[in-house]
Amino acid sequence: MGKNPKIIELEDVVVKFAGDSGDGMQLTGSQFSDTSAFIGNDLSTFPDYPSEIRAPQGTIAGVSGYQVHIGHKEITTPGDLADVLVAMNPAALKTNMKWLKPGATIIIDSDNFDDKHYKKAEYIEDPLNDNSLEGYSIVKAPITSLTRATTSEFGIDAKTADKTKNQFVAGILFWLFNRDLSIGESFIQKKFKKNEDLVKANIAVLRAGYNYAETIEAMTTTFLVNPSINKRGLFRNISGNTATAWGLLAAAEKSGCELFLGSYPITPATEILQELASRKHLGAITFQAEDEIAGICSAIGASFTGRLAVTSTSGPGLALKGEAIGLAVITELPLVIVNVQRGGPSTGLPTKTEQADLLQALYGRSGESPLIVIAATTPANCFNFAYEAAKLSLEHMTPVILLTDGYLANGSELWQIPEMKNMPSIKPPKVKDNHEGYMPYLRDEKTLARLWAVPGQEGLRHRVGGLEKADKTGEVSHDPFNHQVMVGLRQEKVDRVVDYIPDQEIMGDKDADLLVIGWGGTYGALLSAVKELQAEGLSISLAQFSHISPLPKNTAEVLKYAKKRVICELNLGQFALYLRSKYPEYSYEQYNKVQGLPFMISELKARFRELLNKN
Amino acid sequence: MKENTDYAPVVQTQDFKLDSPVKWCAGCGAHAILSTIRNSVPETGVKKENVVFVSGIGCSSRFPYYINTYGFHSLHGRAAAIASGIKVANPELSVWVVTGDGDSMAIGGNHFIHVIRRNINLNILIFNNRIYGLTKGQYSPTTPKGSVTKTSPEGSIEEPFNPGELVMGSQGSFFARVVDTDPKMMKEVFIKAALHQGTSVVEVLQNCVIFNNDVHQNITGKDVRDDHQIYLEHGKPMIFGKNRNKGLRHSCNRVEVVTIGENGITEKDIAIHDAVTPENSLHYDLVRMGQPEYPVAMGIIRSVGSSVYEEMLYDQISHSKEKTSIKCMDDLLKSGNTFEINETKA
Repeated sequence: MGKNPKIIELEDVVVKFAGDSGDGMQLTGSQFSDTSAFIGNDLSTFPDYPSEIRAPQGTIAGVSGYQVHIGHKEITTPGDLADVLVAMNPAALKTNMKWLKPGATIIIDSDNFDDKHYKKAEYIEDPLNDNSLEGYSIVKAPITSLTRATTSEFGIDAKTADKTKNQFVAGILFWLFNRDLSIGESFIQKKFKKNEDLVKANIAVLRAGYNYAETIEAMTTTFLVNPSINKRGLFRNISGNTATAWGLLAAAEKSGCELFLGSYPITPATEILQELASRKHLGAITFQAEDEIAGICSAIGASFTGRLAVTSTSGPGLALKGEAIGLAVITELPLVIVNVQRGGPSTGLPTKTEQADLLQALYGRSGESPLIVIAATTPANCFNFAYEAAKLSLEHMTPVILLTDGYLANGSELWQIPEMKNMPSIKPPKVKDNHEGYMPYLRDEKTLARLWAVPGQEGLRHRVGGLEKADKTGEVSHDPFNHQVMVGLRQEKVDRVVDYIPDQEIMGDKDADLLVIGWGGTYGALLSAVKELQAEGLSISLAQFSHISPLPKNTAEVLKYAKKRVICELNLGQFALYLRSKYPEYSYEQYNKVQGLPFMISELKARFRELLNKN
Repeated sequence: MKENTDYAPVVQTQDFKLDSPVKWCAGCGAHAILSTIRNSVPETGVKKENVVFVSGIGCSSRFPYYINTYGFHSLHGRAAAIASGIKVANPELSVWVVTGDGDSMAIGGNHFIHVIRRNINLNILIFNNRIYGLTKGQYSPTTPKGSVTKTSPEGSIEEPFNPGELVMGSQGSFFARVVDTDPKMMKEVFIKAALHQGTSVVEVLQNCVIFNNDVHQNITGKDVRDDHQIYLEHGKPMIFGKNRNKGLRHSCNRVEVVTIGENGITEKDIAIHDAVTPENSLHYDLVRMGQPEYPVAMGIIRSVGSSVYEEMLYDQISHSKEKTSIKCMDDLLKSGNTFEINETKA
């Protein structure tokens, strides 16, 4: 046994797992985050994967990563830079060097650090011997060979044996983070409960990793991250796409309108379709259509029959759906369009994140075509915003675009599990059979939502369609004055939604020297940056918008008092353009980034400091 | 559009009439199709509230505005996709798709083949007038090669689609062809199409009196129709002709026209139409027949039993409801890995 290492208690730690696409890094990472959740850490995760499924082994193009940020303090992002990097090969090391904190711990699989792998990773010098890693704490563990040696007695084939490598890594981390090995063992027992041999082999490898770390004395310090300060209750770790799917399911249950998803697979939205396809037991129907257009059109058909209808997509798919969204606008049928934004235009960066579909969501259709646009701000609250999108859509009889993004969709965080009895009610304006004097464009006086009758109901037969309809009766009408009335009514209906959404909150003082303005998925990074500067005593506050169309009623109040405003977004300034058009009386600075990556807290703080100094 | 709620228990033709005027050109073939549909739907045994007509864009697609059912006049080419959503969301409904040759074969070609491949229980009527009427006379995907139209002033250089061939290529379970000038034939076929379990496609050879007048004259004209059409009925010999002396015979894996009384041919040599065989190469041959070598096949060419999409889907739903322990959202939210975080844990 080695000497007792020094234990450092940390507020938070960022661990990055990187290896070949086939190395199971996502699995190792999610196992680490589950263990962290189990011992009560707050957490946030973010996978970083290439668009190729299995790029050539050992190459830069094939590196897949998974970042986990755990904390005793509140965690709002997966972290800028890693404290610990697990690099399964030289390519993984090379790709991640620029995302490491000074002095970080680097755990490498030394079996893969040879000339063959250096060549694949395009290293000219051996990085382990050229001083480029000076200042870092390097743990060279022969992970592959020790795993094979450990598993040799279990009679499993070489391929399966190699798949247990991630348990060796996990074992090292259990030691490094002073965690109880029995937690890892019970995870393995649960995961492989159908195969006893695998349970034994995996546990043996886990222990081998732990013992190795303890014995080698390469790590002179270990870490302890205590349970979260402020989280109490029942939690789960949930990704944005799963949370979105579950929010829709929850809205279906609450509204009594069964869920229909018409969709076509597209990165990074596909998991929503996959998740709902496996939820038939809750009555959800998924229709994998022949294309994006049929995805939305089938959903519109389902909406016509009275279901909660949804279509899910990403940017290029939203473009294809534009015409059909217009049909939902003019037929005034409820429809939720989930757009998981990715880098664009065109195919762009399919696996990377961006916020550049905002204007497309607001305006990307023919004619005057208003609808509700809302944006989720964290992976977990995709649940709440999907629920709200469905509620607003059903109650106001209008399409709603819910914007998430690749970062929210694939990232995950600890989420306090809600109870259905606490979710708000959803009451679509459905009419009873033989509703006296029913006409398809009779409206609710308050919301202006049209009354909803569905096929199969007696005494309510009517026709809807893409041609302009006469007010109230729904007859086809080419009357110019009627058109003006109907265009106005559709706009007014969406405008009135302002009475059904919450006021915009400000985190901090409303008369701060600098008001940071963001929207959607940048929340975690902006919040951290603002909080850290507030803690330094700077006068800075944050307004993160989720309700984009319509904007909250108090938006002018929120904007008014700050001495300076900066709009931060992952595009060239789309929300800035929008806010300037709505509130031209105020001036706005911008901070924009379009690298397919989320904001880093450090870059935000630097920019905010600069703005605060420049008076 | 206000509806009379005071309806008779038995569904009648009258139930499907609307007061609003029908705005197709005088002499358009669509009028006859509409009145035949109004006569046919009552005989399909469906509650009138359960009938839905869905259309795309084009002259034919104004149809839902002229019949008193639930109706959806949708987007160009997308009727099959919207109807798929309607039928899958509520299989109780009797869903009809009204489309044209441009709507279903050009802009909606993709949805057309996929709805057939899935075999969703819809009835699709293609009004095939071989021209774009609503945009005033451009060639369509079914316009014969060489046709002079506004967008093919020197003659069309494109090979036309034969809708039936697409149905066969998409593994369709039902295909029939009728002409707009024969209400009796249309009614018989429409009712059977409605009763078929799966996607039924009926191609109606329809005349466009303004932009493509008499395009089907060589098939439907009184003087030629008996010799240029063959009305197929399952289980009956494939005989046609003014004198009922011509027929079809299978020979060397193809169909040939023979004359009874010539070369020793008797009625026994004439092949019997088998619309229900799953093997579709025979139906493919029949679908492709055309002038001058062959009569054009009319009636139900193919009607085979095949598993229906929404039936299988609902089977899966009820099966998964039975075997799951997750019965509601609260169950789902608490399923799998959850973590209780409290003060004492450290």
